[in-house]
Amino acid sequence: MTWVTKTLNSTLGRKLIMALTGLFLILFLTGHVSGNMLLFKGDGGQAFNIYAKFMTTNPAVKLLSYLTYISVLGHIIYSIALSQHNKSARPVPYSTSKGSSNSAWSSRNMGVLGTIILIFLVVHLQGFWAQMHWGEVPMITYEGEEYKNLFLIVSEAFKQEWLVALYVLSMIFLGFHLSHGFASAFQTLGLNHKKYSPAIKLVGMLYCILVPALFASMPLYIHFSSY
Amino acid sequence: MKLTLKIWRQKNTSDKGGFVTYVADHVSKDMSFLEMLDVLNDQLTERGEDPVHFDHDCREGICGMCSLYINGKPHGPLQTTTCQLHMRSFSDGETITIEPWRAKAFPVLKDLVVNRSAFDRIIQAGGYVSINTGGVPDANEIPISKTIADLAMDAAQCIGCGACVAACKNASAMLFTSAKISQLALLPQGQVERKSRAENMVAQMDEEGFGACTNTGACEAECPKGISITNIARMNREYFSAVVSSDNM
Repeated sequence: MTWVTKTLNSTLGRKLIMALTGLFLILFLTGHVSGNMLLFKGDGGQAFNIYAKFMTTNPAVKLLSYLTYISVLGHIIYSIALSQHNKSARPVPYSTSKGSSNSAWSSRNMGVLGTIILIFLVVHLQGFWAQMHWGEVPMITYEGEEYKNLFLIVSEAFKQEWLVALYVLSMIFLGFHLSHGFASAFQTLGLNHKKYSPAIKLVGMLYCILVPALFASMPLYIHFSSY
Repeated sequence: MKLTLKIWRQKNTSDKGGFVTYVADHVSKDMSFLEMLDVLNDQLTERGEDPVHFDHDCREGICGMCSLYINGKPHGPLQTTTCQLHMRSFSDGETITIEPWRAKAFPVLKDLVVNRSAFDRIIQAGGYVSINTGGVPDANEIPISKTIADLAMDAAQCIGCGACVAACKNASAMLFTSAKISQLALLPQGQVERKSRAENMVAQMDEEGFGACTNTGACEAECPKGISITNIARMNREYFSAVVSSDNM
């Protein structure tokens, strides 16, 4: 299987891994934002808590979650490897460079944006995901069945202004990361054609605005509603 | 026009190098950028100083020999070759910074001259057709549509100047390599070696130490021949379909 390792170690192979893991994480974000829309239901968190239990116990979801962990790790590891390789390809920098005249800011700063998102991710996972899995979450009973009241954790957390601000700000960075990443992944997969590339670019633009905006509206909604 | 020129001077590959400032006076706005440097070099020679070394050949915008990173952009402010850039693109009193292409794979030989042999080695790795294609065929004899022929010709316009590498924040050579892979992959004559070509040229590109593409599109925006990054997407397709179907283990 030397051809497999050789391919995955090539610059094109590493880019392919970035694209595939990136696209999988886009799928994850789509699922995550859709499910969390239950926070807007205004039922005191019942639908959200039932959903949260389903997401942590269903075997199919479990498999998907492992794929998500692998994608996050792969995306990070390969981005570090590629960044170092790319840095070494130009040991002496230019004294003057007008990058903004030929490319978008986000496309030149994916590493910076990604690092900020990673820091957010650590705070986010520590606050909710780790709590749900290993933390002390108060229980709540709906129709005779016990559920962890994750909604209580979420609504308590978002009473803090700084956390809400951190979430909203992070989503702006996520939006910029996606504004380049979405269409870029398709280009790396070799999917660039006049028939569908304009559509990919359009969907990418809508996605990078809509999904982070929906995510950002969740802490804002909880903070400003009466929970 | 009176200009201040900040020019990179470097004795040889191992020298550290640095900027030297020159004043160019009585510059005509109708001079090409290279003619302006010729005049400067005449003055330097008369003063007994070492003239500024820079690459040039045809001065018609077709050979790909001239380079120069001018005021933060390869080939200067216009999307053209440096030989086709004229001093009217600059304003009187302006300070112009002139640097060589910066890439590990393009070591500086002297001043503004870089060694672009890495491109030659990428071509040698597969940018050829080794079957006998005979003499010039009659019109419409080769089974190829106008659309495909045009795409191949668009890719074949690449003159290998290296502006794509110079413009790319990662010093990636993917626009060059993809243009060379594309022009042959699209043509009937290129089919025999299609898979090994993609594999070998990509391997050589990596071997030379060029960076990876992050799809910023800077190469396409700066290419004096307007080579499109759709060629990079084609190279990706060519490469991945080659690795899963070729006989090379």
